[in-house]
Amino acid sequence: MASPKLCRRTQLKTYLPTKFIVERDQDRCIQCGVCIRQCGWGVHELDEEDGVVRSHDELCRACHRCVSFCPTGALNIRENTLSYRRNANWRGEVIEDILRQAESGGILLTGMGNDKEYPIYWDHLLLNASQVTNPSIDPLREPMELRTYLGAKPDGLEVDPRTLEVKTPLSSQVGLEVPIMFSAMSFGAISFNVHEALARAATEAGTLYNTGEGGLDRRLYGYGDHTIVQVASGRFGVHQDYLDVGRAIEIKIGQGAKPGIGGHLPGEKVSADVAATRMIPRGTDALSPAPHHDIYSIEDLAQLIYALKEATNYSKPVGVKIAAVHNAAAIASGVVRAGADYVALDGLRGATGAAPKVIRDNVGIPIELALASVDRRLRQEGIRNRASIVVGGGIRNSGDVIKAIALGADVVYIATAALIAIGCHVCQSCHTGRCSWGISTTDPYLAKRINPDIATRRLVNLLRGWSLEIKEMLGGMGINALESLRGNRLHLRAVGLTEAEMNILGVRPAGS
Amino acid sequence: MFDNQMRANPYGDDKVMAACSIFGMIDTSGKRVGGQGVIRAIANMHDRSNGLGGGFGIYGLYPELSEQYALHVMYGDRASQRAVEEYLRESFDVVHEEEIPCRRQARVHKPPLLRRYFVDVGSHAAFGQGDDDYVVQRVMEINGGSHDAFVFSSGKDMGVFKGVGYPEDVADFFRLDEYQGYLWTAHGRFPTNSQAWWGGAHPFSLLDLTVVHNGEISSYGSNKAYLEMYDYQCTLQTDTEVIAYALDLLLRRHRLPIELAAKVLAAPLWSEIDRLEPRERALYIAMRQTYGSLLMNGPFTIIVARQGEMIGLTDRIRLRPLTAAIKDDLFFLSSEESAIRLISPDLDRIWTPLGGEPLVARVRSREAAGLEEALVA
Amino acid sequence: MAGITATKTLTIDAAGVYYRELNARLREATEQGYERIELYNVNGQRYIGTNLRRPVEIVIHGTPGNDLAAFADGLRITVHGNAQDGCGNTMNGGEIVIHGRAGDILGYSMRGGRIFVRDDVGYRAAIHMKEYGDQKPVIVVGGSAQHFVGEYMAGGTLVLLDLEGRGHQAEALGTGMHGGLIYIRGHIDKRQLGREVGVEEPSPEEFAGLRALLADYAQRFDLDLDAIVSQPFLKLYPQSLRPYGRLYAY
Repeated sequence: MASPKLCRRTQLKTYLPTKFIVERDQDRCIQCGVCIRQCGWGVHELDEEDGVVRSHDELCRACHRCVSFCPTGALNIRENTLSYRRNANWRGEVIEDILRQAESGGILLTGMGNDKEYPIYWDHLLLNASQVTNPSIDPLREPMELRTYLGAKPDGLEVDPRTLEVKTPLSSQVGLEVPIMFSAMSFGAISFNVHEALARAATEAGTLYNTGEGGLDRRLYGYGDHTIVQVASGRFGVHQDYLDVGRAIEIKIGQGAKPGIGGHLPGEKVSADVAATRMIPRGTDALSPAPHHDIYSIEDLAQLIYALKEATNYSKPVGVKIAAVHNAAAIASGVVRAGADYVALDGLRGATGAAPKVIRDNVGIPIELALASVDRRLRQEGIRNRASIVVGGGIRNSGDVIKAIALGADVVYIATAALIAIGCHVCQSCHTGRCSWGISTTDPYLAKRINPDIATRRLVNLLRGWSLEIKEMLGGMGINALESLRGNRLHLRAVGLTEAEMNILGVRPAGS
Repeated sequence: MFDNQMRANPYGDDKVMAACSIFGMIDTSGKRVGGQGVIRAIANMHDRSNGLGGGFGIYGLYPELSEQYALHVMYGDRASQRAVEEYLRESFDVVHEEEIPCRRQARVHKPPLLRRYFVDVGSHAAFGQGDDDYVVQRVMEINGGSHDAFVFSSGKDMGVFKGVGYPEDVADFFRLDEYQGYLWTAHGRFPTNSQAWWGGAHPFSLLDLTVVHNGEISSYGSNKAYLEMYDYQCTLQTDTEVIAYALDLLLRRHRLPIELAAKVLAAPLWSEIDRLEPRERALYIAMRQTYGSLLMNGPFTIIVARQGEMIGLTDRIRLRPLTAAIKDDLFFLSSEESAIRLISPDLDRIWTPLGGEPLVARVRSREAAGLEEALVA
Repeated sequence: MAGITATKTLTIDAAGVYYRELNARLREATEQGYERIELYNVNGQRYIGTNLRRPVEIVIHGTPGNDLAAFADGLRITVHGNAQDGCGNTMNGGEIVIHGRAGDILGYSMRGGRIFVRDDVGYRAAIHMKEYGDQKPVIVVGGSAQHFVGEYMAGGTLVLLDLEGRGHQAEALGTGMHGGLIYIRGHIDKRQLGREVGVEEPSPEEFAGLRALLADYAQRFDLDLDAIVSQPFLKLYPQSLRPYGRLYAY
């Protein structure tokens, strides 16, 4: 492929400063050329005349691929210390966004999740441990149950006393061995090898992964039992086989990174495989409309939920994914009443392959607040058991997972964390399609870098590590079954939050 | 201290969210018909609602007491009833009052006490105040007051019957099969909070204006702020209430014809206004400038009814369905065609109207005029 | 009579039957090998034709409810009456013939098969129709369509005939179109079209293909093909496969 450059659609000279400086220790550099080959943006180049590798700093994205793969550790990346006169309002990033817009006249795009300094409520919540009055449980020696079931539960059970047969009709449940699933990332936004690794890791760990809105490559149909097939507004790759093969179906209404708007996979990323899976011609843009055009009102959502249930004989859970926004509680209540078997909430920090920067950074609310209010509202309505709650949007570690469960979630979705596990350094350049790590690209030269065997191993390791930590924390709280933590806010205390925030979270201040 | 606002919106959401099925039927010859057809029609759209609200509006309902304001009131307790009845007797000449006849075994949820009063304003109004204004004020006082009481119908020779249940069950409860009217509207609700309250169901009414509504208004905040300037108290915190008050303001107080009022709520796009000829263009620019805060943004289909008149209107980009049909003197509006076919398998004409274009059907005057002429489409 | 296999037909009276039961009976009938099912007194039942795994023929008398043939593949459905909203939603293949009109959102995200409508259709027909390989969906409307028809069209063929000559009323036609073709019989104003839409006359090859399609259409409704093709046609096409290519700054 030709030497890639940042897309500049005009001939205007750029006023944008270089963001990152590549530091090359010339004593260590052996001119092996690995960095030249590894960089997706062509930062490094061999100077033919003097045989020295030089770097075009202005192209560097700080993805650290070259740093990781340099055999002699000769490379480092640092922020360019170009100083602006200090200004709390007109910060460097604000200035540069304006320059970028002046040079392009377009919507500024970015990748991954909101990076702004909104409060991270997970970091203000502290967990309990049992002492004296109630023993902690040692997970190394005693059973610690993380299994959970995704799906609608009945209000009560009617059992025939003689035969012990359950007479209440039970809707389909999906058993998960860990309360963590891989969140939706579409094929096209990420490469096939990553999809394969997610499928295999989910299968090995006893959980599910989500196809995202790009359809499902037939090579992955074998992992169908561990697949959530997504039906998004573009309906890419949605046909009967697709619906049949999945273990659950998810209607995607919105996502945390870009609530309210549609999706746009540029034609460059629609490779032959992506085209085949999405069933659109190669090289055309894959446009997802902002709304589902058959969902303009809550009764329309009910109509689509039941259309999918009819299409699959009521045999699998149909969930609905919404972005966490104002009035999330009322919306979630409506979604549950419309017949959804689970509600997936995606918070402000949810990531994406491409989104308008202004929307990613300004639209939506933190998942912690949305989760707490949705859980509370469903309980107040008496309908909490009619649907499971799945949350995502910046879940970083097992501590976040435990706190989410305590706030009321059944399961959490992770995506950024999963990609970091296989190499992503959150450089926010996914939208360029040049990911050096081979993750958020469909360019075959780059995408083949993800070895599915290795990636699977790393993802399984992540889930295993977190599961062990969760067990330790549960044991520490004197709990040996996940059900006993779900919605149990008494095991949380808050530090450094306002009274309003604590009220919404339903958590008392530490010390009380 | 009792608060209907809390009742309507117990969680303090920005507003109550709901969606639904709607239906309307008018006999433009003025002939009164029973409700069996309308009840079957709205029942056929069962899956559009969730059993937490249903209601009907009936016109030509009380021929023997057609000159009186017929107040339908729901009470949470006897003490409230006594207090409000005392207030009613002080404020009006009560010609007749009774319990609203009900079928107790119908499948509705916790019915309140229900009574109706046929009243005259007589000499109670202040000097220079019209009877209608006087009634509106009294109704707003009761509904915003401290008793567990809610006036849910306040027009002449018409009435609203609504509650918490599927519309067919609400009809059963109120024995609507025993009434007749020349105009029927019906609604099935899908609200998102279970503490649905009888007063929150549709139709929403003010005097003889009733509104049934399918959709959700994203401009609610602006609309509400504007209407509050004109002394409308948005106690119910629903879109429907705001639509009804907007129409009351535009039609009754500002005396705009319905065709223009519709163009306030579903304003034409600026690109369309720019293409009009100068006089019309000036009118629509002035309307959008003056009444821009009443533009209803978001999906909606509404059926509005007044004495002798039924109006259908959708938002300007027709995000909610509406099917219209004609058979002889009958004019129908419905969320789904199949509901109309249950009443009249044969139809002279059936179509889906354009967004933002009001359909108005009126009971024609004594002169024999064709239905087509009575229709503004 | 030798050599003739009778089509195994089932008749169902759908009056008062809830959609779940009706559709369960349809599934059962197809599994039992019925090849043709006639439904009478249909009135508002949803999802008729969804989840039927055999290429059966279904004849509907009455008004089928929303989402007729949603996600369906390979069926032959005839409606003697009007269809409501969502007909052919995400349909993958098969044929629907409607002797009447259809409501809103006809053929949303359709990716294969054909829908023929005798009369008008409502808003938002053919949104995001798409094609892949030899799956090329087709919608032909005998009357006219209302606004936002063909929005985001990504593939397939849409034909609006306006046989009664009342004039095409649709506005914002083909907004965001980036694939497929729309044929308009008669006249349309440029201002009725989305910015992404180009207008030209069909080439002789294109017209021949269109004519063949209309021959099928005319045969279904017993119409005179010559009368249909006697009026000139316009071809609407996407000016770009990347209509929003300049929208973003990377």
